[in-house]
Amino acid sequence: MIPQIPVTTLEAASDLLAEAIDSAGPEKEALFLAKLALALAAHLDDNAVLGTAVAAALADL
Amino acid sequence: MVHCPDTSPRPSTFYDYRVHPFRAPDELRGGAERHSVAIVGAGPTGLLTAIGLAQHGVHSVVLAQDVQVSHGSRAAVLVRRSMEILQRRGVVDPFAGKGLPWSGGRSFYRGQEVYRMTMPHEEGQRHPPATNVQQQYIEEFLSDVAEREPLIDLRWGSRVTSFEQDGEEARLGVDTPEGAYMLRASYAVAADGGRSDLRRMLGLRMEGRAYSGRFVIADIRIDLPLPTERLCYFDPDWNPGNNVLVHRMPDSLWRIDFRLPDDETPEQALEPELLRQRIELTLRMVGHPLPWTLDWATVYSASALTLPRYVHGRLAFVGDAAHLLPIFGVRGANTGIQDSDNLAWKLAYVLRGLGGPGLLESYSDERVEAVREICEEAGKSTRFMTPPSRGYRLMRDAALSFTLSEAFTKDLLHWRTARPHDYRTSLLNSDPAADAAFTSGPRFGAPVPDIRLADGSHLLDHLGPDFHLICFGDGDTQGMGDLLKAARRSRIPLRVLLLRREGTPPATGYDAQVEDTGSNVADRFGALPGTAYLVRPDGHVCARWLRPEPAALKQALAVACAAQE
Repeated sequence: MIPQIPVTTLEAASDLLAEAIDSAGPEKEALFLAKLALALAAHLDDNAVLGTAVAAALADL
Repeated sequence: MVHCPDTSPRPSTFYDYRVHPFRAPDELRGGAERHSVAIVGAGPTGLLTAIGLAQHGVHSVVLAQDVQVSHGSRAAVLVRRSMEILQRRGVVDPFAGKGLPWSGGRSFYRGQEVYRMTMPHEEGQRHPPATNVQQQYIEEFLSDVAEREPLIDLRWGSRVTSFEQDGEEARLGVDTPEGAYMLRASYAVAADGGRSDLRRMLGLRMEGRAYSGRFVIADIRIDLPLPTERLCYFDPDWNPGNNVLVHRMPDSLWRIDFRLPDDETPEQALEPELLRQRIELTLRMVGHPLPWTLDWATVYSASALTLPRYVHGRLAFVGDAAHLLPIFGVRGANTGIQDSDNLAWKLAYVLRGLGGPGLLESYSDERVEAVREICEEAGKSTRFMTPPSRGYRLMRDAALSFTLSEAFTKDLLHWRTARPHDYRTSLLNSDPAADAAFTSGPRFGAPVPDIRLADGSHLLDHLGPDFHLICFGDGDTQGMGDLLKAARRSRIPLRVLLLRREGTPPATGYDAQVEDTGSNVADRFGALPGTAYLVRPDGHVCARWLRPEPAALKQALAVACAAQE
C-alpha cells in the first residue's frame, strides 16, 4: 500500500508534477518522468519500496 | 571432396597477408596414425591451446580452414590477464612490442565529456590494463610460434566436414586442396569460432540472450593526433539515440564501432557511400576530419550466449565456438584465451595419465560458470550500450541526460571489462577451512598476482607449466622438511618455490627460491613463515595453508587433478 500523506501535501505535489510535465512537453514527457523516477529512486535508496510503488503504479493503467 | 581456400592475399591498407602453403599430411599418403589432440580452428584460442599443450609435451594437429590469417581487427584488445597468459606461454614479446598500451577512456554526451574511467594499474605491474593489437597480428604471432614448435602440426587449408567419436577416439573428416582424409585423435578441440561447424554437427544449442541492435565495425587508416584510449560517444547528432566507439590500433589504424538505426539492414549499412558519410561524420565529431582510407568493415549484433556444457565426450569447445559475447568490455578473445589456459593443462594431464576423467569435466564446470557470470556482466553493459526495448532506452537516456548536470548516474556509464575469473566453487579446490583462516592474499580459485620482485623479475616468471607449491619462510622454518619430502614423492609433477625471508641464507631442497625483499610477496599473500600456496598449472590457487601438513598437500594435489589416490 502506498502511504497516506496529508491531502494538502499530495495536492501540492500533484500540481508541481503537472506543471513539470507540461513544461517538458509531449515529446519529452516520458524522458522527464524517467529522469524523475530515477532521481527519486536515488533519494529513496530502497528498491523494495520502489518495487511497491512500481507495482502500484502499473495497476489499472 | 576438395576444399579450395582463397589463395590470393586479402586486401588490406596496412597488413601484408602471407599465404601459407598447403602441405599434404601423412593421412593423404595412406597414414592413419592416431594423434593426441586435433584442434579445429587456428584463431587465437585454437593456436594458444596448441601452444599450451606443447608446453606440457603434448603433440597436437591444428586445422586452419584458410591459408592466411583472418580479416579485420576483430579481437583488437587484450586485457592484462591475457598478456599474463601469453607471458607464461613464452610468446608475449611480439604482442608487447606491437601492441598499443592503454588504461582509460572517456565518454561523451551531447558534445560534453561526461565520464572518465581509468582501469586499475599498480606500480610494478608488468602489463598494462589493455593492449590494442589487430587480430591479424594475434594470429600471425601465434601461428609463427606454432610453425616453429615441433609438437604442433599446423595444417593450413584444411576444412573439417564431419565428426564422430567413440570410447577410443575422435574422427574428423577433413577436406583439403588435395583431397579428403580422416584424422584420428584421442581428443578434439572445437576452436572453430562463432559460426562453429562442430557445434552445428553435434546439434548443440546455445543458451542466453541475443540483442537486437546491429553494429558496424569499420577499420580505417588515418593519422589522428589522439592518444590510445577508449572513446565513446552517446547519442551523437549524426546518429541520434545510438552510440559510437573509437579505438586506436597499431599502424595508424583506427577502429570505429557504431550502432545502426533499427530499421536498417547490414547490406544498407555497408553500402560504400553511406558508410563513407558516417565515417566522415564520426571524424568530424572526434574533431579531426582528416583524409582516411577504409581497410575493412562488417556488421554484427551483440549476443550473450553460451553452450551449457563445453565437453562432449572427446570433444571440448573453446572460445567463440563455446560462447558468443558482446564486444563491450572486450570479452571475446580474452575469454577464449582464459578457456585455452584452463583446458590445455587439463587435457595434457589426462593424456599423460596424471588426471582423472573429472579433470576435463572441471574445464566445462569452471568455464561455463565463468562465462555465465561474464554473460550477466556483459548483459548489463550491453543493455546500456544497445537498449533492447523502449523501457531500457528511456532509462538509459534518463541516466545520460543526468550526466550533464548531476553526478549520481555516472557510474552507470562504467564499461565493465573482462577480468580474470576466480574459480571459487571449483571441485578442484581443497580445504575451505584452511583457506578461510587467511586474512588476505589470493583466495582459492583466484589467480596468483604477478607481483614484481626486488630483483626486477615477476612472480609468474618463477612458475613453470606444472603445479607449484609456493612456500614462505626460510630454510629452517619448522615443518618444511616434511613438506618437501612429500612434494618429492608426489606422482604429480610439483615444483617447490621458496619465497625466502629477507636476509636469510639460501636454503636447500627447494626447486627454486627468491628472496622476498621487504616481505612484499608474503604481505600480499597474507603469509607467515611456514605458509604454503598450492598453485595449478594455469596459475590459479587451489589450496593454501597457514600451516600445511604433508597429508593435506598430497590430498589437495589429487583433488586438483581429479585423481583418486
